[in-house]
Amino acid sequence: MARNISFKQAISEALDLEMRRDPNVIILGEDIVGGAGSPGERDAWGGVLGVTKGLYAKYGDRLLDTPLSESAYIGAAIGAACCGLRPVAELMFLDFMGVCFDQIFNQAAKFKYMFGGKAQTPIVIRAMVGAGFRAAAQHSQMLTPIFTHIPGLKVVCPSNGYDAKGLLIQSIRDNDPVMFCEHKALYGFENDVPQESYTIPLGEANVVRDGEHVTIVTYGLTVHRSLQAAEALARDGIEAEVIDLRSLSPIDWDTVIDSVERTGRLVVVDEANPRCSIATDVAAYVAANAFSALKAAPRLVTAPHTPVPFSPTLEDLYIPSGEKIAAAASQTLKPALAA
Amino acid sequence: MSTNAFPLAKDDLIKSYRTMRTIREFEERVHVEFAKGDIPGFVHLYAGEEACATGIIMHLSDIDRIASTHRGHGHCIAKGVDVGAMMAEIYGKATGSCRGKGGSMHIADLAKGMMGANGILGAGAPLICGAALAAKRRGDRGVGITFFGDGASNQGTVLESMNLAAIWNLPAIFVVENNGYAESTSIDYAVAVDSYVDRAAGFGMPGVTVDGTDFFAVYEAAGEMIRRARAGGGPALLECRMIRFFGHFEGDAQTYKAKGENEHNRATRDCLKLFAARVSEAGVLSQAEMESIDREVLGLIEEAVVTAKSAPLPAAKDLLTDVYVSY
Repeated sequence: MARNISFKQAISEALDLEMRRDPNVIILGEDIVGGAGSPGERDAWGGVLGVTKGLYAKYGDRLLDTPLSESAYIGAAIGAACCGLRPVAELMFLDFMGVCFDQIFNQAAKFKYMFGGKAQTPIVIRAMVGAGFRAAAQHSQMLTPIFTHIPGLKVVCPSNGYDAKGLLIQSIRDNDPVMFCEHKALYGFENDVPQESYTIPLGEANVVRDGEHVTIVTYGLTVHRSLQAAEALARDGIEAEVIDLRSLSPIDWDTVIDSVERTGRLVVVDEANPRCSIATDVAAYVAANAFSALKAAPRLVTAPHTPVPFSPTLEDLYIPSGEKIAAAASQTLKPALAA
Repeated sequence: MSTNAFPLAKDDLIKSYRTMRTIREFEERVHVEFAKGDIPGFVHLYAGEEACATGIIMHLSDIDRIASTHRGHGHCIAKGVDVGAMMAEIYGKATGSCRGKGGSMHIADLAKGMMGANGILGAGAPLICGAALAAKRRGDRGVGITFFGDGASNQGTVLESMNLAAIWNLPAIFVVENNGYAESTSIDYAVAVDSYVDRAAGFGMPGVTVDGTDFFAVYEAAGEMIRRARAGGGPALLECRMIRFFGHFEGDAQTYKAKGENEHNRATRDCLKLFAARVSEAGVLSQAEMESIDREVLGLIEEAVVTAKSAPLPAAKDLLTDVYVSY
């Protein structure tokens, strides 16, 4: 039975269901229970934004609060994954990858290949991504492209609670390391989410809006901004198809190419910085594989090549807006000479 | 023959000697073969340090996990990784431990509890905390042991992991293989404390320093720590002061060492000679018995090299396999 619940509740439900199903699932991270060793209440926080709140009462010491030592506990989660557990490690903000990246990209990502196929590392690393929280340069980045670049890692970034629940359950059951990126501005977003357990395969995009004139490819928060842009475009008689990639590695090239072959026009929207981004990746792939279908140059709408600013005035300019997306889509429809 | 006064039965003494001799001959032979130019890449040899890996790993079984270093051949051999597959791996062959995809710095055999040699210094410490956590959850009395050099002892990963192991009371042992040199840089320059026992104390865990060329000293100190960890007593640190006979890597001119240092060490601080003298003087193992093992080991290494050289190279399609379980 589906209910209208938040993205945050959907993630919490996914964790609850998988912990109930598989005793090898453990969760570890900073303040994921909260109040460890402190004089006040236990389960004080349930993670900084309360995503894991309440799980401690059900699963006790399968939730491990960690010291502020990302290298140690992300690495421990990876080591435990090699030894039969199925850890979900919470990195809190993906920006903190800087202090534990070696364990992710030189260890977890490489074991299977480097050891000749004989290792598997079924770990999920959950972390918040994205701007809009006035959290400034070190707590707001969309670092998805960095992880997508690394062979051996899978990268997921859902745009809504329904997808988040199904993708997280799939990620926990997956036998490869998965970076599960949660846009912090989406935690309050509500949609219909079934109560029961279900999975969504990694590497399957979702066409969230059909359209015949232009294809908008995106993921995460900017799915919603792209839909706003599509509504605005529709008022001018332009029908945009919006593709939510949902997972970035593996990525669903077929859905992207099928769409561009029908519309002939591509806009890629990425909250990441512009260089070596998901936007450039998708544009390059389409140019190389569907060049003859393109009626206009692909347009890329991304954050600028700057750190995330603090001041709300500046931060609002930083994140791709519906207006910028709509303008880019309109550009692809202008006659070539006028462009 | 006199009574065995050692803490190991004769069979285990033989196994220990064979393991140390196998490591030594493996490394001496790789040194020779590398100089011929047939072995690609970077190779870091463990010769001179055999008593450390062997003295510790003699206490372990396959349920116990170890994380090794860039200088990992000794740990692999002591943990029971197949010597022929190791040699083939070093030659980059399809029959290697990692099908030629890892090389000297990444030999692993998870079924044997060997979680990998590691090209990133200090990276094994967090991993072994995870192995120890898994063992603790299963309740199988398994332990996790991470080896790292005096160089990697300064890595944040090691220090963070010691803290984590202490607060979670993990069955984890931190082994500092102190050979005095971080690549070319002396421990006197790079490590701020005089004794690793002080570092252990800083994390609230016991620390012991032993002469890492003395197999029996290593064996006894490690045994105590491992028994304690298995019984729920938590982590400990073991510093083995030892000798690296070769350079940091093969090709290292070793100009940072004192003149005659290697020759002096080989003459006076060779852990195999020290072991042989102890057991033969005590009348527990005879020179003849050890010489017979030496011949056996030489044959094994010769066969490993011959087989590795003639083994097939990986196929072109192998480039693309084993990146993911599914993708």
